[in-house]
Amino acid sequence: MKVLVTVKEVAEVEEDFQLDGLRVAEQYLDYDLNEWDEYAVEAAVQIAEENDDVEVVSATIGPERSEETIRMALAKGVDRAVRVWDDALDDVDLLDVGAKTRLLSAVVEEEDPDLVLTGVQANDDSFGATGVSLASAIDFEWAAVVNDLDLDVDGAVANVRRELEGGVEELTEVDLPAVLTIQTGINEPRYASLRGIRQAQSKEIKPMTLSDLGLDGSAVESDLVLTDVYEPETESDATYFEGDAGTQAAELATVLREKGVGSQ
Amino acid sequence: MSDVLAITEHRRGDLRDVSFELVTAGADLVGDTGGDLHLAVIGGDVDGFAEALSLDGVDTIHTVSEGDEFNHDVYVQAITALYEELDPTYILAGNTVNGLDYAPAVAEALDLPLVTDAVGLQNDGTLEVTREMYASKVESTVEVDADRAVVTIRPSEWDAAEAAGEPAVEAFDFTLDESRVRSRVTGFEEVGGGDVDISEADVLVSVGRGIEEEENIELVQNLADALGATLSSSRPIVDNGWLPKDRQVGQSGKVVTPKVYLAVGISGAVQHVAGMKGAETIIAINTDPDAPIFDIADYGIVGDLFDVVPELIERFE
Repeated sequence: MKVLVTVKEVAEVEEDFQLDGLRVAEQYLDYDLNEWDEYAVEAAVQIAEENDDVEVVSATIGPERSEETIRMALAKGVDRAVRVWDDALDDVDLLDVGAKTRLLSAVVEEEDPDLVLTGVQANDDSFGATGVSLASAIDFEWAAVVNDLDLDVDGAVANVRRELEGGVEELTEVDLPAVLTIQTGINEPRYASLRGIRQAQSKEIKPMTLSDLGLDGSAVESDLVLTDVYEPETESDATYFEGDAGTQAAELATVLREKGVGSQ
Repeated sequence: MSDVLAITEHRRGDLRDVSFELVTAGADLVGDTGGDLHLAVIGGDVDGFAEALSLDGVDTIHTVSEGDEFNHDVYVQAITALYEELDPTYILAGNTVNGLDYAPAVAEALDLPLVTDAVGLQNDGTLEVTREMYASKVESTVEVDADRAVVTIRPSEWDAAEAAGEPAVEAFDFTLDESRVRSRVTGFEEVGGGDVDISEADVLVSVGRGIEEEENIELVQNLADALGATLSSSRPIVDNGWLPKDRQVGQSGKVVTPKVYLAVGISGAVQHVAGMKGAETIIAINTDPDAPIFDIADYGIVGDLFDVVPELIERFE
């Protein structure tokens, strides 16, 4: 059995930052593995530990810089990785869901997995849609926002819980092959061991261009155009308590007592 | 002329609020173009839902009587069939857990561009969508350079439509391909069962990522004790297993409306705010002056919780 787990290196923006055209200026970005993908990787590695003969392959769309992040997934037990990048992607401001779907579909065709795990969303552009879109494109069944997963390999079914709003969970049976989008909190992502980190150095990260995947530049073209990026206006009309921590706490304590807090 | 097909949402017998917000967003989008606003009601008590959705601005409600609860395979088939029949310019859906379980598949199947989590829509011949990026630190405008698109709207960003109207209600003639239904909902469960009900508390001290380490939870627990308050949290604290799930405030946790909500080290992500914006008085302590929590706070302290909280505890002991 083969599990494909998609991962993405995402940029987090520092507290104070400046924009540079349609992007956040590079010096204010810190790169890391997307938070949701941490959980998807852990779910994939656990499947490999609990079942015989499972290979876990991670797929990413990202420039060479992202290999450092991908290697962290390899250090946690992913067997090997595929990294899709192409010069044609260098100048794309917004890689939309359709384009990601076309690239990842080509990887799926190449790898032929039985199960695909993705994060629910990426915390940079937060479309939250690639997993389900991919499932439709490759004709897999799917479930979005999974926070519990019990795989019945022999029965070719994934028994999942989907985390709905308002503290309600939906119990669903999903026929395999399937794409599951993994929610944070489903497991406790492990830390990479020193041994894992050493082993990851010799694991394969296979670079693939559009032509390697049998695609051309049209695959990353989009009908969506990013036309403006700006800092939202702050709407705060809060009363701020200034001064040192002691002064701030004293003023807050006065307000809290006025509201009847702590006065029993 | 732009026709809009908006897909309403229900769960366990009730229409969800986003259905009424979709009517407002859809009517705005149709605007003066002379187009029609179509609603789809798929599954459940379709006639009852159609009656509740007979609102001003809606032209036609299409009912698809298929199943009791949401199933994305049914939704995708029904929506693609409706699309073929009605040929709308835009398909609108809620950016909800279920919306994101079918809308991307609909867009893919129909080869339409998809824009999710819209917080604003403008249609002057070209559709422009306002979205947030990087955990709400940046806003962006996305122009849809295509004739048609699928768009999901963020809940609570549009007002719920209320004014009654007289749309036509039509049962949509649709045959489900059962062989393409490859997932089955077997039940629902409510999270919780703990001994604390945070939605009943008058005063909540709520802790977020800023607490950094599990052993520091004790500090905010001490504050809650000193104030006679109940301890709640944002999502990352529960994801880390530092507090049980029934303490989580937010979209996927509990919605709370206490008299006082003291947010300690919580940045105020939209999913969290959805669960606590109804609090009477909101107080936030955060190191980041630009944290979105201050946008909805009545009182704010820009400072380090590890300095402020011990001082505050001292004043209540």
